[in-house]
Amino acid sequence: MFQGWVQIAIFIAVLVALVKPVGIYMARVFTNQRVFLSPVVGPIERIAYKALRVRPDEGQDWKGYARSLIVFSLLFWVALYLILRTQSIHPFNPEGFKSAPWDLNFNTTSSFITNTNWQYYGGETTLSYFSQMAGLAVQNFVSAAVGIAVVVALIRGIAARSGQAIGNFWQDLVRILLYVLVPVSIVGALFLVSQGVIQNLSHATAIHTLTGGSQILGQGPVASQEAIKELGTNGGGFFNVNSAFPFENSTGLTNFFEMLLILVIPTALTYTYGRMVGSQRQGWAIFSAMAALFIVGVAVVYIAEQHGTVAQHAAGLHTHAFDGSTGGNMEGKEQRFGIANTSLWTAVTTVTSCGAVNGAFESLTGLGQAVPFANLGFSEVIFGGVGAGLYSMLLYVILAVFIGGLMVGRTPEYLGKKIGAREIKLVSLGVLVTPLVVLLSSGIASATRLGTRSIYAGINPQGFSETLYAYLSQANNNGSALAGYTGFIQPNAPGNAGAYGISFADLLGGVVMVGARFLPILFVLAVAGSLAGKKVSPAGLGTMRTDNPTFVFLLVGVVILVGALTFFPAILLGPVVQSLTTRLF
Amino acid sequence: MRKDLVTSLLAIVVTTVFLGLVYPLAITGISQVLFPGKANGSKVSLNGRVVGSSLIGQPFSHPVFGKNGKPKLDDEEEEILAPDKGYFQPRPSATGYSGNVTYFGNAGPNSAEAREEVREYMKSYLQLEKPFDKSLTSEGIPVDAVTQSASGVDPHISEANALVQAHRIAAVRRLSLSQVAGLISANTDGRLLGLFGEPGVNVLELNIALVK
Repeated sequence: MFQGWVQIAIFIAVLVALVKPVGIYMARVFTNQRVFLSPVVGPIERIAYKALRVRPDEGQDWKGYARSLIVFSLLFWVALYLILRTQSIHPFNPEGFKSAPWDLNFNTTSSFITNTNWQYYGGETTLSYFSQMAGLAVQNFVSAAVGIAVVVALIRGIAARSGQAIGNFWQDLVRILLYVLVPVSIVGALFLVSQGVIQNLSHATAIHTLTGGSQILGQGPVASQEAIKELGTNGGGFFNVNSAFPFENSTGLTNFFEMLLILVIPTALTYTYGRMVGSQRQGWAIFSAMAALFIVGVAVVYIAEQHGTVAQHAAGLHTHAFDGSTGGNMEGKEQRFGIANTSLWTAVTTVTSCGAVNGAFESLTGLGQAVPFANLGFSEVIFGGVGAGLYSMLLYVILAVFIGGLMVGRTPEYLGKKIGAREIKLVSLGVLVTPLVVLLSSGIASATRLGTRSIYAGINPQGFSETLYAYLSQANNNGSALAGYTGFIQPNAPGNAGAYGISFADLLGGVVMVGARFLPILFVLAVAGSLAGKKVSPAGLGTMRTDNPTFVFLLVGVVILVGALTFFPAILLGPVVQSLTTRLF
Repeated sequence: MRKDLVTSLLAIVVTTVFLGLVYPLAITGISQVLFPGKANGSKVSLNGRVVGSSLIGQPFSHPVFGKNGKPKLDDEEEEILAPDKGYFQPRPSATGYSGNVTYFGNAGPNSAEAREEVREYMKSYLQLEKPFDKSLTSEGIPVDAVTQSASGVDPHISEANALVQAHRIAAVRRLSLSQVAGLISANTDGRLLGLFGEPGVNVLELNIALVK
């Protein structure tokens, strides 16, 4: 286990080292300053504004910003749905896949527009290369940029000294894509190819194996999608088994690199935040709260997975480590990642809203599963999705300021801005809408026959876990799954001949993803608009500080309190029961 | 509102063309020039014939024939396969080592089915290896040998698993144990840069080395 802890420590050290440089870079991008890429990207940026017919310096108030964002996203929803529905007529379809059924496409479209990347389908058996590249991977860029744009707008609202403007949506979109997401993806994709991740447009390759059998190897433009899938915390695998498949994640080094890609933007944004509001300590305070929760999660998964499962022990398997064997629960894990790197990835992908997996979540131990459940239960505020994590956390920050203000009996204020009734109403709605959606949808799905059709493990704690996790994951725009839960039946894979969707699961999931993505965004932008117009009063003696350990402690407490009060009973029924009993179901 | 509609439509076209076609096709072109072997799946050959990918595990087994001379079928009409004793065996797979239809085994932590599955794998492992390695007990079975991998095509097994199997390979192929051990360590992928991931023995590459 010692080697595993060392690897985890190195990962965290590298991540922390990147926070400042990447954070400064992004702050310069978001405030329209020159960066080292400007000589190359600047001309392209100006052409982009011309092509889109926008005037980048034209500030928008929160309603204007929200309108641009919503219109853009909804129209793109329609475009993506059409692309997926007309798959059979597009080029780059060497396997000749027909279009998937309408209900599955409804779910998939909603999933990728909302940065969720929940997948009821397997990519290599369902989608053409065109659908993957020109349909889904485009959303991997765009939905990530939308998330980042929202947090930038919120930061501007918090930092604004006057006026109503919180930036220009189109300018934010263009700059985030051109200066952040695209360049890193290009470099990342080429690095991944150099390590064995595939990138081609060939037909799947039939092979005569060494002992004379046959094996077909899926092919495709994987690396270009893999890079942005991690960087944009999207998580949708080119292949069904996602980053467990060696063509997506070939070595221990690619695994390390992909985990860094997942976390680099969400962690660095805290620094960007500190810089943009003019107090680096504020950024580090938020980072510390997030990091504390993250590290606890990693440790719990690792210890739980190293222990092995109840079923394995009941079978008489000894799961201790010895020379040349990792020991532990290797069910649904890859040898090249072992227990440590699969556990670390499990925490990384669920604190962020990435949801890419390098092992089978369904096969995690009960306690190991409880961590992804808890991370999602905290509404993805521990680093979280690109942009989405920080804007959700900032809602909690304002909530903590409010609660702290009540405790000491003073008018709550944050960074010199008074927090009034309107802001608290909006913040509460923004904080509560996602948990509410989860409880409603998973309640309906657990209690009806329509819902239980999707369950793989049977009517038992694991089956309940599958259902609850499905809606937790979709509502929090994460996309990881206890993969037994299904909404798509494909009897003749590869290909969609005779395939059909489970409409209930597909439609409910689709609505959940869209609702739980765009409602909070509207509340966040409304908060941004509301704060932008407020006067800044200088800090006095009675001002509660928001950049010291006390506040970090308070913030962590509020996050845990809201998450635990909402989900603790439900999580008890699934993963916790399984980790406390030696019973088999 | 109208302005938003127009800009949105333009943005949809521009992003789809540049991020959806130009970007992946450019990466494909560059990759095919710079890393053609890797970009096309790290295929490995024996005597000029492609026999697989070094990144994708494959079965080393043969069909079991019944008395009528036809391959025996299981309940699901699939051929029953028996491990080929002259080769190192990969980890169990939920997908029959499929490289183009992948899925997880999804055995739950408290599933009675999972217990039976692990029992079966342990029984088969002991049946296969115990005759050649008398000291092997159920306590000494490496976990990776009796659990399904995530991808279904894990190219690696643990070093401990390979060393257990080495006894069988040495006996069947009439090699000394130290010769086999030498081949194992020559085909072990260590941690990259000594830091990242777990060491694993690449089964296909090891078996190719055996055949050679």
